[in-house]
Order: sequence, then structure tokens, then C-alpha cells
Amino acid sequence: MNNAKSIAVGAALILGAFTASTASAATTLESVKEKGHLQCGVTSGLPGFSQPDENGNWTGIDVDTCRAVAVAIFGDAKAVQFTPLTAKERLTALQSGEIDILSRNTTWTLTRDASLGLNFTGVNYYDGQGFLINKGIGVDDATQLDGATVCIQAGTTTELNLADYFRAKGMEFKPIVFDTSEQTVQGFASGRCDVLTSDRSQLAALRSKLADPSSAKILPNTISKEPLGPVVRQGDDQWFNIVKWVLFTQINAEELGVTMDNVDDMLKSDNPNIQRLLGTDGDMGAKLGVPADFGYKVVKQVGNYGEMYNRNVGPDTALGLDRGLNALWTDGGIMYAPPVR
Amino acid sequence: MAESVIKPPKKQLGPVAWMRMHLFSSWYNTLLTLIVGYLLVTSVGPVLNWLLLDADFKGSDPSDCTGAGACWLFINQRLNFFIYGFYPNELQWRIDVMFALLALSFVPQFIENFPGRKWLGIFGMTGLPVVGYVLIPGGSFGLEAVDSAKWGGLTLTLIIAYIGIIASLPIGILLALGRRSDMPIIRGLCVVFIEVWRAVPLITVLFMASVMLPLFLPEGMNFEKLMRALIGITLWQSAYMAEVIRGGLQAIPRGQYEAADALGLGYWKKTGLIILPQALKMVIPGIVNTFIALFKDTTLVLIIGLFDILGTVQSTITDPAWQNVAVEGYVFVAFCFWVFCFGISRYSQKLERKLDTGHKS
Repeated sequence: MNNAKSIAVGAALILGAFTASTASAATTLESVKEKGHLQCGVTSGLPGFSQPDENGNWTGIDVDTCRAVAVAIFGDAKAVQFTPLTAKERLTALQSGEIDILSRNTTWTLTRDASLGLNFTGVNYYDGQGFLINKGIGVDDATQLDGATVCIQAGTTTELNLADYFRAKGMEFKPIVFDTSEQTVQGFASGRCDVLTSDRSQLAALRSKLADPSSAKILPNTISKEPLGPVVRQGDDQWFNIVKWVLFTQINAEELGVTMDNVDDMLKSDNPNIQRLLGTDGDMGAKLGVPADFGYKVVKQVGNYGEMYNRNVGPDTALGLDRGLNALWTDGGIMYAPPVR
Repeated sequence: MAESVIKPPKKQLGPVAWMRMHLFSSWYNTLLTLIVGYLLVTSVGPVLNWLLLDADFKGSDPSDCTGAGACWLFINQRLNFFIYGFYPNELQWRIDVMFALLALSFVPQFIENFPGRKWLGIFGMTGLPVVGYVLIPGGSFGLEAVDSAKWGGLTLTLIIAYIGIIASLPIGILLALGRRSDMPIIRGLCVVFIEVWRAVPLITVLFMASVMLPLFLPEGMNFEKLMRALIGITLWQSAYMAEVIRGGLQAIPRGQYEAADALGLGYWKKTGLIILPQALKMVIPGIVNTFIALFKDTTLVLIIGLFDILGTVQSTITDPAWQNVAVEGYVFVAFCFWVFCFGISRYSQKLERKLDTGHKS
């Protein structure tokens, strides 16, 4: 009976694999053009990255990354539909073709890149795990946290990183695990733990939810690398290139000083780098399979990388994140894009 | 003559007598009354203050929430999103029409002697899904198509619950009849179906529908996620419904079956005219119980990334621009669910009384 069952399951899997491989004859770009819109997988609500606003419009840096790709293909930032996905189903949704791009603050790791049939196209936000502490415990550095009680959200890699970090430093900690981020903050606010750990991009927002934000501070330590970026299916190199170079175009635009406001003037620029970027010279678009002026349209409608960052997560937003690692390489960060030529 | 009518003694009628009888009839009842009274006085005040008196209703942005109470302004601002989800603004009249039809079909059921209420009820069970099928997704009769990914909020909750309820009842009846059938193959199939689906948690069904199923389907051939979830929920719910109805079928005395046979009725006439009307009437509380459970279980679609009312609220309460609106959000969701579940429950009690033909002792 068991054998028969496993054979049946195996047959179903093989059948699925066969039909999948025969049906994928059309490239992703072709099928996206045929649909008339881009299908983009996002989170079901993470401030600054992807969250619906009061009118039900998606906003956030991950959302804008998808919009930029839609602009490059259709010239229209609205030609994109968003599929909210949970952490568990995000990779399946991409593998099964339900979405064309996954832009759901997904960490680039070897396992995901090499064994899941996925390709990471780049990094639109360099994140890392940090600590929010109660000032009362008088700690200035994470190495002094021996014996601390730590509030964590369940089911995230944060839990694993935390255990790794404390083990490597030979320190003890007592975890208190919560189900949602609000509960985690409540736990921290009510004094059940001394330390709250999460991705640094979220710590400032969590801190602002405290009744007295000045009673807590964020430690300078970053205990893990979390490069977040868009993901596509493996095996369609053209699509991979398009998504990759749309983000590179935005980063290069910032480096060259091309912004949403001045992009029209920049069309007359003598700088050959800008000419190639905006499509007034060369055939960069044709090489990717998108319109020649895709660079101009992306910057015009979505902005360069810096504008996208500042609008969604930058110092003037509620998240209030400094550029830090995400500054351009010329400004002391590590945002660096290969040249357009 | 009027003077000669003697009023009953004050100790046996009126509020004082009522209190003496119900609240202070013995020393322990007096003690309980005092304790409960104390708890009510100390808790009702702060709750009312938070809910209404100190709460903020008006304004335009988070800084207008200054009081110590609830910040209903947040709900007010996002209400459109909580009700319609991502449904395009200019097309929301279609949802409004559906809400109106829903109310028109079911509210009269509470009003005795409302003209044509039976027909309104029948329309609610049969016509309404058809109208909804045309109106909400659009794409025909010149209506602009709206992708199911854009449905959300209370609308989506109602759609899932309504379809789950409407579709699972007939399937459940058939399964229950099948399970009691004399034909071994049909009986076997029904038993297997019911036992398999009933043994699986709804979360697992939803995960299978959203995560595993797409892997088995060929690339490019995608059911919509909502469709997959709806099928899963309906099948799962049918299994429960079948068992509730089977309880009713088993409670019908054997004589009823034999009497129907003696009249020369065939299987379908016997079932439709004699057995089912009695059996269904008997299990109304059970059926409604499963309906209400399903209505609340629809929130589980949250874990597969569908934005039902709880999903829309949860996705917005993390907005850093608003401070601590989580409680307001959850209270709002709880209130919405309470309104609908309480309505269903009241209706079922009414139906029970109306259909009661005195067999119950």
C-alpha cells in the first residue's frame, strides 16, 4: 500500500515536471508582454518594503523595484500586479510561474541560489540583523549581552542567526519567542526581555512604536548579512538580464546624477555614459529586448536608486534609515553597479 | 369600585421584589452579586472611556489621535481598504450592489410578514451567487474585468464564507446520503472522502492548495490562488457538513423509512419528501454551528497571502506612521465577525422555532 502510494506520488511529480518543461517554451518576456502586465510577488505588509497604503496602492522599495521593471518593458509603472505572499509560499509561487519576479525582501543565500532553480538578480537593500535594547540595562555593545533575555519573532532566520552569534561568542541567552512583530514589540515594551532582535531595517520602526522611544536604543552591531533583492526563475537568461539591468540602471543613474526632475534636461547631456543610460545613444535596450529609451522611462517614472530609497525607507520617512551600506560606493557604501556600455 | 382593587404587596412585585428574588435571595447570591457588580463597575468605565469617550474619530492624519482612548481615525481612514481590498475605486459600486442584494435577501428574513420574503430568501441562495459571479469578476456584459488578486477585505471574507456555505450544503447532503447508501461502491467512496477530508486540518488543505498544487500543474496553467483556496475550503467543509447531516438521518425513526416504502415511494421521493425535511430540521443547530465555524475559519486564508478582512488589517497596522493601532484594528475585525456570526445565529434560532412541529419535548 505504501509502495503504491509513493509510486503514485512519484508519477504525479514526474508528470508535473514533464508538462512543466514542455509548457515553458515561451520566454518570460513574451508571456509577460502577452499578459500585458508584470506579476510581482511581494510581502503581505512590511513597512518601507511593500505595504498597501490607505487607497490600497502598494508602496515600498520592493514594490518600486517591480514597477521599474514594468516601466522598462511597457513604459508604464501601473502595468504590474502584485501578489502578496507569505514567507513559506514565496519560492513556490516563483517556481510554479504564478509570478514573474519575486521582490519580497528575500535574502540571497547559496542554498536558494544554487539548489532551488532560482536566480538572484542583484541587491536592492543591504540589510543585517541588529539589536534594540532597553537603555536601562546599560549595554553599549552586543558582546556585553551575555545572559540577556531576547524577544524574537518565530519562524524567521533571525532565530538561527541569534543562536549562531551567541554560540560563536560563547555567550548564553534566553529566547522569548512571539508570533507576530506587534507581539514582539509588546513583549519588549512590557519588559519581558532586555533585547529585541530583528533586521535593522525594521528596528527603527519597531522602536517608534514604543510608548517612550527614547528609552530604547539600537546597538551598532550587525550580526548577519542579509542582502535582499529581486529573484527570477533560473533558465531564462534574457529575463534575468532585464531584471538585473533595470536595477543597475537605477544605481548608475544616481551615480551619474540623473534624477526624476532633471532627466529631461539630461537627454541633451554630452556625457556618453548618460547618453547610453538614457538611450539617446547606442542600442542598449535592443540588447536586452526592451525599448531603447527604457533607462529614461525608468528614471522618469520611478526615479534613480537614491530617490527610490529616500522615498520609501530614507531618513525622512517613518522608518528613518540612513543610507549606510546602501550608499553608493563613491559615498562610502557598497552600492556598485557595472557600467552601461 | 376602583378603590376596592388591592395592589399586590410591594415585596412581591416591582423592581425591589425582582432584585430580592434574583440577586439577593441568599447570602451567597448576595455575595456573588456584589462581586460581579464591583467587577462591572470597575471594568465598564475604562472600557467605555477607551472605546468612545476618550477616542478620536475625526481628523486626517496620525497626529490627530491625541486622546488616551482608541484611535478610530485609523479605521476610518482605511475603511475603504478594509472593505473593498484592492478593488478599483471607480468599480466599487459593483461590490456595493452585491452588499445591497445580500442585505435585501437576508434582512427581511428577520421580519415577520415581509412581502415576498420567501422569494427573497430563495433568490439569496440561488440568484445571488449568479449575479455575483457576473458582477464581481466582471469580464462580461461590458463590465471591466477585475482580477481576483484585487479582491480583498470584508468583500473577500464574505465571498469565501458565502461560497463555502452555499456549495458545501448540497455536497454534504449528497455525501451523507451516499454514506448511508446500500451500494457498496458509493458508500465506500463517500466514507473515504469524508474521513480523509475530515482528518486534515484546514491549514494543511490551504497550504496544499497554494503551495503544492501549483507544482503539479504545468507551468503557465495556473488556477487563481483564490479559486484553489475556495475548492479546498468547500471540499473540507462538505465533509463536516455530511457528518452533521448524517446525524440527522440516523435520528429519523426506522418507521418513517418503512412507512415511505409502504406508500410505494421510490428512493428519491422517499428521501426528498419524507426523510430529508425531517432530518435537516433536526440538525439546524449543527448546520449553523458549522457555518459559523467556517465563517471564522476563513481568516486562515491569511496564511496563504489572501487579503481577507483580517489580512488587510494586519498588513496596515504595522504602518510606522501610526503608533500602536493594533488593538483598534483587531477590535474592528472582531466587531465585524461578531455582527455576521450573531446574525447567522439569531436567524437559525428563529428558523428552529418556526419549523418546530412539536416533536421535541
